[in-house]
Amino acid sequence: MKHLDVIVVGGGHAGAEAAHAAARMGAQTALVTLRKDGLGVMSCNPAIGGLGKGHLVREIDALDGIMGRAADWAGIQFRLLNRRKGPAVQGPRAQADRKLYRSAVQKLTEAQTRLIVIEGEVADLIVDEHRVRGVVLADGSALSASAVILTTGTFLNGVIHIGDQRQAGGRMGDRPSVPLAKRLTDLGLPLGRLKTGTPPRLDGQTIDWTSLETQPGDDDPVLFSFMHKKPFVRQVNCGITHTNEQTHRIIRENLSRSAMYGGHIEGVGPRYCPSIEDKVVRFADKMSHQVFLEPEGLDDPTVYPNGISTSLPEDVQEAYVRSIKGLEQVRILQPGYAIEYDFVDPRALRSSLELRALAGLYLAGQINGTTGYEEAAAQGLVAGLNAALAAAGRDPVILSRTNSYIGVMIDDLVTRGVSEPYRMFTSRAEFRLSLRADNADQRLTPLGIELGCVHQARAAAFHAKMEALSRGKALLEAVQFTPKQANAAGIKVNQDGVRRSAYALLSFPDVTFEQLSLAESALSEIPSDVADQLGRDALYANYLDRQEADVEALRRDEEWEIPEDFDFYALNGLSNELKGKLHRTRPANLGQASRVEGMTPAALTLVLAKLRQLSRARSA
Amino acid sequence: MTLAGSLPPARVAGVRRLQLDGEVLDEAVVLCFDQGKSFTGEQVAELHVHGAIATVASVLRGLGGMPGLRLAEPGEFTRRALENGRLDLAQVEGLSDLIEAETEAQRKQALRVLSGAVGSVVDDWRGKLVRAAALIEATIDFADEDVPVDVSTEVQVLVGFVQDALGQELTRISSAERIREGFEVAIVGRPNVGKSTLLNALAGREAAITSEIAGTTRDVIEVRMDLDGLAVTLLDTAGLRDTDDVVEAIGVERALQRAEAADLRIFLVEEDGVPLLTPVAEDIVAHAKADLGAHGGLAVSGKTGKGLDLLVKEVTRILAARAAEAGVMTRERHRIAMLRAFEALEAAQNEISHGPDRAELAAENLRRAARALESLVGRVDVEHLLDEIFASFCIGK
Repeated sequence: MKHLDVIVVGGGHAGAEAAHAAARMGAQTALVTLRKDGLGVMSCNPAIGGLGKGHLVREIDALDGIMGRAADWAGIQFRLLNRRKGPAVQGPRAQADRKLYRSAVQKLTEAQTRLIVIEGEVADLIVDEHRVRGVVLADGSALSASAVILTTGTFLNGVIHIGDQRQAGGRMGDRPSVPLAKRLTDLGLPLGRLKTGTPPRLDGQTIDWTSLETQPGDDDPVLFSFMHKKPFVRQVNCGITHTNEQTHRIIRENLSRSAMYGGHIEGVGPRYCPSIEDKVVRFADKMSHQVFLEPEGLDDPTVYPNGISTSLPEDVQEAYVRSIKGLEQVRILQPGYAIEYDFVDPRALRSSLELRALAGLYLAGQINGTTGYEEAAAQGLVAGLNAALAAAGRDPVILSRTNSYIGVMIDDLVTRGVSEPYRMFTSRAEFRLSLRADNADQRLTPLGIELGCVHQARAAAFHAKMEALSRGKALLEAVQFTPKQANAAGIKVNQDGVRRSAYALLSFPDVTFEQLSLAESALSEIPSDVADQLGRDALYANYLDRQEADVEALRRDEEWEIPEDFDFYALNGLSNELKGKLHRTRPANLGQASRVEGMTPAALTLVLAKLRQLSRARSA
Repeated sequence: MTLAGSLPPARVAGVRRLQLDGEVLDEAVVLCFDQGKSFTGEQVAELHVHGAIATVASVLRGLGGMPGLRLAEPGEFTRRALENGRLDLAQVEGLSDLIEAETEAQRKQALRVLSGAVGSVVDDWRGKLVRAAALIEATIDFADEDVPVDVSTEVQVLVGFVQDALGQELTRISSAERIREGFEVAIVGRPNVGKSTLLNALAGREAAITSEIAGTTRDVIEVRMDLDGLAVTLLDTAGLRDTDDVVEAIGVERALQRAEAADLRIFLVEEDGVPLLTPVAEDIVAHAKADLGAHGGLAVSGKTGKGLDLLVKEVTRILAARAAEAGVMTRERHRIAMLRAFEALEAAQNEISHGPDRAELAAENLRRAARALESLVGRVDVEHLLDEIFASFCIGK
């Protein structure tokens, strides 16, 4: 039997990132997927990034993952969302050429040493003494491994709905993997059911573009990877159109034929990505909904109409789509559909994404109840790092809420579980002002270098950047302005006689680096990109000082680790309901315990007291 | 127990008449627990009395008069339960740390009390803060969706409301000091209506000079007294009227100032009302010189003592209610929390006024405010914001 350090099952965004991370860490890694050419397929909309999601991609890139680089190579329209707002809430986003993205991921995969791709279906896991030992493929062959990562997406009991038609399957045209699902069910894992939907795909050649508004990309595109400066391919526009009352009427009249409204679907869908049926019903007073027409590629006429996902029958889809301006003559290439699937309650996972119920088995991506390529890839990265660490007998790496969106997401998942497909938002990060897309490298690359998952080239570029930043900052702090000098430079400060450093002045909302360097020529030797980055750091300096106390408090709580065998049922004074929740969630530390739903400070005190007692007993 | 006479057997509820010095305080359910069989593990007696403030106050007074009894500190029952091993917290050494951590529990306990007293007010703040934060977060997290770009008008109204409410609450918190330093009750009215006579009658001594001559009292006369355990400073003020007498005018001015600053005003009136000042909220209006004729409503006479008991009762009722209310809201940490929240909301307003471009800073300040108020309004979770956002806007392109 062939032995590997890490086996990754599934070749979606979670799987690809997991396999790459494990291989970068030095693990001999195999990625098993149904079809090799399916690697890097974007099964939903042809876009990467956005608010919160763009942060995740930057963090993946900071740890030398592949998503950011692939998206840059494939990016055909870049927009920095919230460009007018502060840098903390700006999120890079790009339309990606599907074909280019896929080929980028496949090229990166070929180039990655220690990583092999095996085409096949994983039928079962090899389990021995409560530990996963490998996988069995559908052809009967077996692979052994120290760790296995499942990234099977919606393949767990997936059912596709188009109107009242239903078929078992994951993505359109893919085979469902029912035997593996049975294995997980046999493990007694808590499963839930979710749904998601897609819009019909349109033939762009049959769209009347001349009648529609267009949305261009940014004039100065901001890319995902810290290693990239500008786009690689030709840039295009998206189109914008709107539904109208006629559209809504058609949908209303056919609601009973919708899979969702016809009672065929039991799973819970995401509220932030409702089907057009949902929008028409829930926001009945809204006469029109925006639809973005997103090109799927430079030499691909397919258009993804973002905003009208549906589970209506094909004939109704055609009728309502053609009622929309610009789409009167449109040809549907592939009908929209809804898909229902099982997910594993992520509270069954450790923060390393290893299943508590089965050592060596990691889960990442949609199978954990998340949605989105970026969320999936970020989990894949974490699972890949930890599987490789475990295979090497090293301690797991846990990202924290205080240092990354990835940390926020995984902490949310393992302590709170999900009630709808989980998507990242910037508002989920309580330390949002410090967890910015622009400083993801400063937050995470040092950790990546320490772990060993960052290539030489990136490490060198990072060190050079940090050096330039610290030189620039030293200069900004050395240059001092009296109130009079500041006023002369057009900066309003109190005439209090206090000298302020250029760095302090930069934290004023209306002060630009240009103003300062005009007033003090010594500053002009700071390169503009370095100055921009320092300006972003300075902007929030006052807030970050204040947040430091909160960060510290959280870290203190996180340092109180709760042992795996901690018996919550033995704690007197907790309600049975809360005991049950804690027992199921198994918070890894006091910080996580405090975020378990229904937790009270009094209950937390009891847990803390018990932990103190245990630690005293140990040290005695 | 002398208060209840006899005790029912352990764990059996018994109805008892609670008496103090021969006076029946209440008819209550009495429940006793043996040592080792109660929440705290100690021998415990529970008195289930009627909920009226006066009833509770009188029973507490009765209990307080018994040697060795005092009010429990917040969280004390839990702590005793812990100390007595009822909650399986073995070692005593950890207790000092525990007590430190316990403040959080105490805080929640206060919240529970609070939810009864000012619960609806606080719920309202919470709702408005969630709504305000949700509006801002919607413009941030769903900037590329069909949501309004500028929500500042609505947010400013919401935040302003909570700010005002906090401001008021912060003022009311001074009632805490009142409990310590005494409430001020001002007697106001026209000259020669009998204010000083009333003061003297209430004080039980000749604290103020009385005469038939209108305008006898020029300065403010203060008498400290104990009304049912509450420290009260009674203020006798110059009669209110327009006057050309320079000295009297100063007296009237002072009377007005002190009366307005007082916690409660007793308006002593004859046929017509009181010029220059109008009763607010719970101010008491009493008819003067009740000895000279019959009046509807509260009528008092300092001369004969008629109606004085009713007046005292009314003053006590009002002040006791305020003291009880203050008791929850006036913990120092609540004051600090409200102050912090107030400042954070002020900063938020400032950021909001700069328009949507500074949304993340407005949001940060709202978050700080919500965090500061956690002890009062409970945790404002991001899920609550998302609920509000998804309920309000059609998100999802």
